[in-house]
Amino acid sequence: MKIPEPLNLRPHRMHEAEGRGRRSFALFQAAQLSGPLVWILPAHAPELPMLPGLPQDVGARLHILRPTSEADLLWCTEECLRAAPVSLVIAEPSNPLSLTAGRRLQLAAEAGRTTGLMLILAGAGSNASETRWQCEPIAGTSDSTLHSWALNKNKSGTIASWDVNWNGTSAAVHMVSETGKRCQPADAPR
Amino acid sequence: MRPAEGSFALTHRSGNADHLHCLNPTASAQGLHRGMALADARAICPDLATRPADLVREAGALASLRRWASRYAPMVAVDGPDGLMADISGVPHLFGGEADLRDDLHARLERAGLHAASAIAGTRGAAHALARHGGGIIADGRLADGIEHLPITALRVDRATGEALSRVGLVHIADLIALPRAPLARRFGPGLVLRLDQALGAQPEPVAAAPDAPHFGVRLTLADPIGLHADVIAGLARLLDRLCAKLASAQMGARRLRLELRRVDRGMTHIDIGLARPMRDPARIAALFAKGVDAVDAGFGIDALRLSATVTEPLGPEQIGSGPTIHHSDALADLLSSLGNRIGFDRVLRLLPATSLIPERSFILAPAAYSMPEHASHTTGPQRPNVIFPPEPVHAALGIPPASFRWRRMRLTTLRATGPERITPEWWFDDPAWRNGLRDYWRIETCEGPRLWLFHTPQSQAGWYVQGEFA
Repeated sequence: MKIPEPLNLRPHRMHEAEGRGRRSFALFQAAQLSGPLVWILPAHAPELPMLPGLPQDVGARLHILRPTSEADLLWCTEECLRAAPVSLVIAEPSNPLSLTAGRRLQLAAEAGRTTGLMLILAGAGSNASETRWQCEPIAGTSDSTLHSWALNKNKSGTIASWDVNWNGTSAAVHMVSETGKRCQPADAPR
Repeated sequence: MRPAEGSFALTHRSGNADHLHCLNPTASAQGLHRGMALADARAICPDLATRPADLVREAGALASLRRWASRYAPMVAVDGPDGLMADISGVPHLFGGEADLRDDLHARLERAGLHAASAIAGTRGAAHALARHGGGIIADGRLADGIEHLPITALRVDRATGEALSRVGLVHIADLIALPRAPLARRFGPGLVLRLDQALGAQPEPVAAAPDAPHFGVRLTLADPIGLHADVIAGLARLLDRLCAKLASAQMGARRLRLELRRVDRGMTHIDIGLARPMRDPARIAALFAKGVDAVDAGFGIDALRLSATVTEPLGPEQIGSGPTIHHSDALADLLSSLGNRIGFDRVLRLLPATSLIPERSFILAPAAYSMPEHASHTTGPQRPNVIFPPEPVHAALGIPPASFRWRRMRLTTLRATGPERITPEWWFDDPAWRNGLRDYWRIETCEGPRLWLFHTPQSQAGWYVQGEFA
């Protein structure tokens, strides 16, 4: 199935994702791209990607960096963004990015032609990022794994919100159609 | 250690008894000999001072002595645990004859504090025998005369053969030389006759010196001190070219490199770098040194550079060319090298699959520089979360599975629960986290959104914990 266009991150830019479902969003984006992936998380972070639960072929391409300090984390992010062979850099900074840091990362992404995705805490966004996504898992029926991915900020386009069904293992995603309004109560099928 | 006065011996424990491994002339004069049990030696010589022998360091010392001894001959080999064998054909006239050569050798060893015994003979076997029984020089063509007074054990025959020979009354080599060969070989095996022939020159026996292991170090000494960054980089580039050529000829790649800079005031600084994979490409290695060279304080100038590959690994010739895959893997290795040199190679990791059902051990975080990516085999069974963390207790959980609970200050209500999946601890590992016994894992979808991986321990009633989050 073709990947839905609006959910693709604009290449060679730095993006942000916040909310409880940001790691799922990052893994979804990783599954879309081919090539080496880098996930930079602080050494003290308890959450780790679990290999048996990752989407197919993401695990073998993934490199994990665990720098001890925030400065090292930003340095690693910039270095990876500047490196051409990496396709997606996912970083989890613990502090809000300063204006300088955000701008530097954006320039590094452009120079290295690499896409960056910052997994930020709520409200810790940077001015320099290309887009910002608010990601939340939402409850659904038993055969669906629903996510609400809302585009809150977009430097080169409009903002929007999508409810999607992504099961966390494949690269395919299904858009959930908007709920129609029913004027009459539904009858039980006969 | 100060030189021992009086009797002194090194002891070595073999089996369950200490034996004399090595002893000084004073001790030998009292009737002790090598291989004697320490208890016997103490009975003969009560004031014997001993130290345990360190065989590894002894072998190391012998190896460095071998390097030194190459001043006397192009081919020097280690001969047993305590000897050196040099092929001095064509050399003695440089020292003024065989006797002068031997005197020179002894004088130099004496000055270094070493007691040595040596012999010069036409064959390897004869020199070996004579060096261990008095030493001396056997003139050319007089081999049989020179060694006939030595005991048969000097011929490098094994202990059983030596005892059998002495039982039939053959003690000296002269006794053997006189005997017919065929009955001797039939009775004592071909080894004895071979050793005798080798000692007498009837069978050839080369010195067979092992080739020196290649040394991956180069240096550059400068007439005038340098201090500019660009100058150091230029010097480094020259060294790297030479070192990489050396590595290429030995089909090795460097894994760690050290650049030592000597300042004019004799101060030394060094820069160490690591590489994410074995490499011998000068340009790419030079890029990794740039940061370290920046930080060096040149003082009044640097007048010597020394570059050595401290850790090397085999690296065969590779296809170089324009393939995009090759180019990309090189670039990725460069990135991992520069990351590892800043944050440490143990923090640049890769996920590798592991064969364990315990969630924490179902994958390994391995250093990326020392592992290759592995594709996980297709897994069956219940779905796994994509994020795992150490178990966090949940509060106010009632029922199995809990209908509602509090976790990370959130009130969550269960919408759907899938499970249980029972995982038993691996009894062959004593994991403190798994001392509560087996665990029942549930996938809990909450009305609020998060899909969590909860477990409880039915054997110990320790409550509910969250260990992971699904997509």
